[in-house]
Amino acid sequence: MSAISRRRGNPVAYLISFALVGFCFLPALYIILGGFRTNSQIIQKPSGLPDPWVASNYIDVLAGSLFWREAANSLICAFGTTLGVVVLGLMASYAIARYNFKSKQAMYAFFSAGLMFPITVAITPLYIMIRDLGLVNSLAGVILPQIAFALPMTIIILTPVLKAIPKELEEAALVDGASRLGFFARMAVPLAMPGVITVGVLAFVGSWNGYLLPLFILSNEALYTLPLGVQSFASQYSVDTARVLAFVALSMIPALIFFSVLERRIVGGLTGAVKG
Amino acid sequence: MTVFPAAGIAAARHGRRGAGNRWHERAEIAVLSLPALVIFATFVIIPVVMAAYYGFFNWRGYGPPANFVGLRNYQLILADPAFQAALGHNAFILVLSLVTQGPVAIAVALLLNQRMRGRSIVRVLVFVPYVISEVIAGTGWSLILQTQGALNDLLREAGISQAAIDWLTNPQLAIWTLMLIIMWKYLGFAVIIMLSGLQGIPEELREAAAIDRASYWQIQRHVVLPLLAPTIRIWAFLSIIGSLQVFDLVYIVWGQYLAQSAGTSTMATYMVVNGRNAGSYGFGNAVAVVIFLISLVVALAYQRFALRRDTDGALTEGAK
Repeated sequence: MSAISRRRGNPVAYLISFALVGFCFLPALYIILGGFRTNSQIIQKPSGLPDPWVASNYIDVLAGSLFWREAANSLICAFGTTLGVVVLGLMASYAIARYNFKSKQAMYAFFSAGLMFPITVAITPLYIMIRDLGLVNSLAGVILPQIAFALPMTIIILTPVLKAIPKELEEAALVDGASRLGFFARMAVPLAMPGVITVGVLAFVGSWNGYLLPLFILSNEALYTLPLGVQSFASQYSVDTARVLAFVALSMIPALIFFSVLERRIVGGLTGAVKG
Repeated sequence: MTVFPAAGIAAARHGRRGAGNRWHERAEIAVLSLPALVIFATFVIIPVVMAAYYGFFNWRGYGPPANFVGLRNYQLILADPAFQAALGHNAFILVLSLVTQGPVAIAVALLLNQRMRGRSIVRVLVFVPYVISEVIAGTGWSLILQTQGALNDLLREAGISQAAIDWLTNPQLAIWTLMLIIMWKYLGFAVIIMLSGLQGIPEELREAAAIDRASYWQIQRHVVLPLLAPTIRIWAFLSIIGSLQVFDLVYIVWGQYLAQSAGTSTMATYMVVNGRNAGSYGFGNAVAVVIFLISLVVALAYQRFALRRDTDGALTEGAK
């Protein structure tokens, strides 16, 4: 009896979890379901369910080129940022973790100091810098700063991971004729993979959801990323609520899929080994 | 050609004291670290330093800044009632996030740390708002919260309130609405952090306390909470810094004009509206410096009084 009740947990726990999940998930559900309704349905009964279900809002959005172009821009930014952060972050962390040089403490402190400057604080001078470099209205103008601002966290996460690789492994590889850079590429990087994935996911989701930087850098609508697109779509079609909801729902789906595929990595990475 | 690798190995065997080898090692360090250093310095450090410089000028953003005004921008900012109001809103968000999200997240984490069915699904769903971008969350919520929107309709259906509540523009209410959205967006993150902390507390401690006939609440109060304190302090630090930087949600839901009249403006929206949007780049840079200094002071104070014990190792460990 007590064993069963222990396994099932107490009813209060279920009740509270249910309320919590409702609070967290209902707004997202409202957006997704709202996309399957018509405007007159939404006006008559704002909190109702689709009746009948209409797919035309979703089909309209998917048939147009706008959504796909903005999704492509977002993907380019997210992949470019992730690749840059992972490659540059791994290289710099490797130098800090496994070489001995006088200024390495200073270099680590230099990168760590970046945590003090969130992009919100730096955005105005950053915009001027990017403008002076001629990178306004280019995706590179979004990708390069995103890499720079993701580097501190990346280096803080990766340095201890790379440091933890046993010295004996490296010595064995050197004796076998590998160079230190060869050891880095062939042994250290694969061994650091779990850390690399955590860092990569953080960079990807951060870039995919980024708003402030693209808002400053991209004024050409052909280069809009999804967050900018969602905002301009919502103001352009402000009377066509159903279509806005469909557009918003579609642009939320890639991040949700990406998250649910790698959920164990992200949540697992944060919570450590999850039992039961 | 075959001599060089052999010599390299010999040098490696003799330790790394050879002059050629040391040069080689320096070259490797440079190749590895320079790209990251250059990108980081160009896009993070130099702009931040330049902000301090531009902040002393009255500058429209074109050509080199020429109209030096000294501390005038800073005087204007600190004397501007709109900035003071924004600062007040940031402070309100900061305090209220700590006192609402913290206890709720701890309670939920304690709950989810028990054995129950569907726990992993609950964990994923609680985390969903954190993954959704601020723009999407803001757009969705601003539709839900319209006077003729879904929330008022739901309250009417449930017989709770017949009134068409003005969630967004009523200055008495708007900041609480913002708190609701912030709670929705970031509660899951707090829960996950707390859960990770709880998972680090050995089950044996709780069992030992239970054998000594401590009640459930006594165990939570005297065993679990003290051990969770480092996690709570780290979360609080992240929450404080986040609260001082709030921008996206306010800018999306309220836009640049409404935020001020509805009483939800923040230092960051003030910076964007009065800096870039007004074409006053010198002024905008000065606001950036003010936000940075306020964040720095708060962060250092917090570090000094609460966080020191926890990060002593964590932040410096990597380079040792």
